[in-house]
Amino acid sequence: MSFSSDHAEIRFGCGLSPQVAPAPSLEAMLAGLDGPDRMAARFPMVSHRDYWQRRAQWLELRKQRRKASGARADELADQAMNMSRGFRADLLRGLGQTVLRWSETQSGFRERLALFWADHFTTVGKSGPQRSAVSIYVDAAIRPNLSGRFGDLLVAAVTHPMMLTYLDQRVSVGPQSAFARRKGKSRGLNENLAREVLELHTLGVDGPYGQADVRQLAELFTGLTIGRTGTREFRPGWAEPGEEVVLGRRYGGNPARLEAVQQALHDLAVHPATADHIARKLAVHFVSDAPDPGLVAHMAARFLATGGDLRAVYAAMLEHPAAWDDGPGNVKPPFDFIASACRALAVAPERIETAKESQVNRLILQPIRAMGQFWQRPTGPDGWPEADAAWITPQGLSARLRWAMAVPRRLLADLPDPRAFVDTALGAAAPEPVRFAARAAETRAEAVGLVLAAPAFQRR
Amino acid sequence: MTKDLSRRAFLARSAVLGCSAAASPLWTPVSFAAAPWDTRLVVIILRGGMDGLDVVQPRGAPEYAALRGALAGQGGVDLDGFFGLHPALSPLMPLWARGELGFVHAVSTPYRDKRSHFDGQDLLEAGTGDLAGARDGWLNRMLQLVPGVEAQTAFALGHGEMKVLAGAAPVADWSPEAELTMSPQAVRLAELVMQDDPLFHPALAEALMLSGGAAMEGGNGAMAPPRAGGGGMVPVAEFAAEQLRGDARLVSFSVNGWDTHRNQSRTLRPALGQLAETVTTLHDGLGPEVWGKTAILAMTEFGRTVRVNGTGGTDHGTGGVMMLAGGALRGGQVHGRWPGLDEAALYDRRDLMPTGDVRAAAAWVLRGVAGLDRAGLEGRVFPGLDMGDDPRLLR
Repeated sequence: MSFSSDHAEIRFGCGLSPQVAPAPSLEAMLAGLDGPDRMAARFPMVSHRDYWQRRAQWLELRKQRRKASGARADELADQAMNMSRGFRADLLRGLGQTVLRWSETQSGFRERLALFWADHFTTVGKSGPQRSAVSIYVDAAIRPNLSGRFGDLLVAAVTHPMMLTYLDQRVSVGPQSAFARRKGKSRGLNENLAREVLELHTLGVDGPYGQADVRQLAELFTGLTIGRTGTREFRPGWAEPGEEVVLGRRYGGNPARLEAVQQALHDLAVHPATADHIARKLAVHFVSDAPDPGLVAHMAARFLATGGDLRAVYAAMLEHPAAWDDGPGNVKPPFDFIASACRALAVAPERIETAKESQVNRLILQPIRAMGQFWQRPTGPDGWPEADAAWITPQGLSARLRWAMAVPRRLLADLPDPRAFVDTALGAAAPEPVRFAARAAETRAEAVGLVLAAPAFQRR
Repeated sequence: MTKDLSRRAFLARSAVLGCSAAASPLWTPVSFAAAPWDTRLVVIILRGGMDGLDVVQPRGAPEYAALRGALAGQGGVDLDGFFGLHPALSPLMPLWARGELGFVHAVSTPYRDKRSHFDGQDLLEAGTGDLAGARDGWLNRMLQLVPGVEAQTAFALGHGEMKVLAGAAPVADWSPEAELTMSPQAVRLAELVMQDDPLFHPALAEALMLSGGAAMEGGNGAMAPPRAGGGGMVPVAEFAAEQLRGDARLVSFSVNGWDTHRNQSRTLRPALGQLAETVTTLHDGLGPEVWGKTAILAMTEFGRTVRVNGTGGTDHGTGGVMMLAGGALRGGQVHGRWPGLDEAALYDRRDLMPTGDVRAAAAWVLRGVAGLDRAGLEGRVFPGLDMGDDPRLLR
């Protein structure tokens, strides 16, 4: 099987749209990764600066409230509550904006990659304000690095303040550092980020590393933290003195410098185990839970040959025949299902942009949660499952059917003619039973719902 | 994947009958045959690595205060003069006093050294010696050995995957608020569009069956968007209790939030609070008679480092604690062989040395609960396990 633009848009993009033509060729798909990030510009997130200022105000309000009493304490509590609502609104707006990027984009592959890498480098907010900041992290660290060198993406994601906070690097201190010696025994090492960099971000859990490498990398990372304005900062006084040895290579020394951390990450980024791990993960995500070994080997070889040039690795995936295998493709995760449904339904951007937070919550966030995906809050740094069976459980499928039948008529003034919608959503390859169901359903809402709930739409 | 597929493929074969029966108003839970055994079993997977040393604190150990630093001074309740209980579990102390709450200390799976949550959980749920060739979960293999297991004998609850129950034996995957109600015509057409898909069709059949066949009259004007349900673990525990009062005999779900790398004196409390609430909700929901024949096992993928790390938390370790609750269990004591906290007694000079296999404790409970023999437990449910001597965990 070879390239077909409908197949490409469904498998590697955000699905078919009645308003946006799919990319006509492989070259056009790859070209869509180049140039300015139009969707991020058209549907922006709040700025880091604005977020950080409000977070500082929120922390200050809470501090004052703890000191205050009586009516003043109530007043401060109300103010803090209002600010918390603002963060919650940002989170929901970020979800809506992400749906709209999927719905409106001319380069669906780019949006898919943004979500793939945001998941590979999962971060989760630990407080109300921080939960709203995951989208800021994705736009700053992930999206600008989708198709350059993997090492650049790795450095950007791993050293971003959101990651430093999520995996506790922010507070990790060299046990023999000047700072720890001043502070006595109260501060020291935290190996969380170092372990996940080796296990999840680079080599993979079967990779050639041991506990000693985790420990040494954690010591090398010391000094890497967050400054007063919420940006990345390297504090030599927090760093463990001396060199560290990771996978047999020496790094660091005195004085401790950020460059040594970056060097270690760049070396990990081009390790053969990383090439295998990343190639396989991409193939599993885009093609099949059990991808053709030839496809994975082809991608890994390109990764190694190019020093982790991601655009070249994507080209290797798309040019391989196994990427276009016929037959049931992967099941869309819940967000992908809803966003591709909005694209097929051509939901007007204003409908989502002007929706109240409670509506975004009721129509998008709660439903995908019921389908098994709590937006930007996976339970661990390994992100969302890839296996189809993890999503198509009885409770997950129940939620997909209920969304498909109940929500489209809340998002559109008029539902489309179901018979035409089969072609819009599924293209010419629509299976006959779906066409029949679209004709035979008792109501338009049920008919549209059956098209969206059909495996032909749920899978890629 | 194949494991879930095969289980649902099993359901698919019966779905031709089962599904139309499910959609019929004549269908009621009473039509199910009597359950294959009487004791109720609840297996809770604590994802993230629960710090056993902070939950059941070895306060009598001479090294305890120095190793645990700030974590050693949190108060809590004395259990037996040597161990103390984390204060966030104190709502469970009445159960301890009645001998209905206990622990097994210093246990682990065979997983060592790499200390990955995800491999650790996979091994805990597979119940095997290593991950090579792990295809299904030990609770499912247990069901495969017992005659008379029906579609609603065992429940995997919640929105996350429960690999411990995945496999060829029938299991109901469900979440309390997932009820699916569609018009009869929509049900027929949904079956039609999904009929050829080996994953969707059995999942639909099971969803309709578990929704109790409440067909909707008329169109779908009443259908509301799906929601995930709030209230923490309470709805799940209430639903579990309701099923276990009926024909269900086995329920499994997860309680998450144990990965306390920093500030553990604060970050461990919410997870323990949820665990306590889960057990008290099950206790209240089951009622005295069923509670008296209930065994709850809560287990985690690994314990955490003996020393507090540089940020007031603990990192991934090895030996940990298993919690036991329910009237069927012999509580009021801390089971297991305590290895000590002396530097030389630690695993890798950093973790609590595991002196028992968490699978052996589970195997002895299964033996008593479902009447399985030792050969089946050591050969099929936990292949290669040596159960050792009976720790007498059941009454």
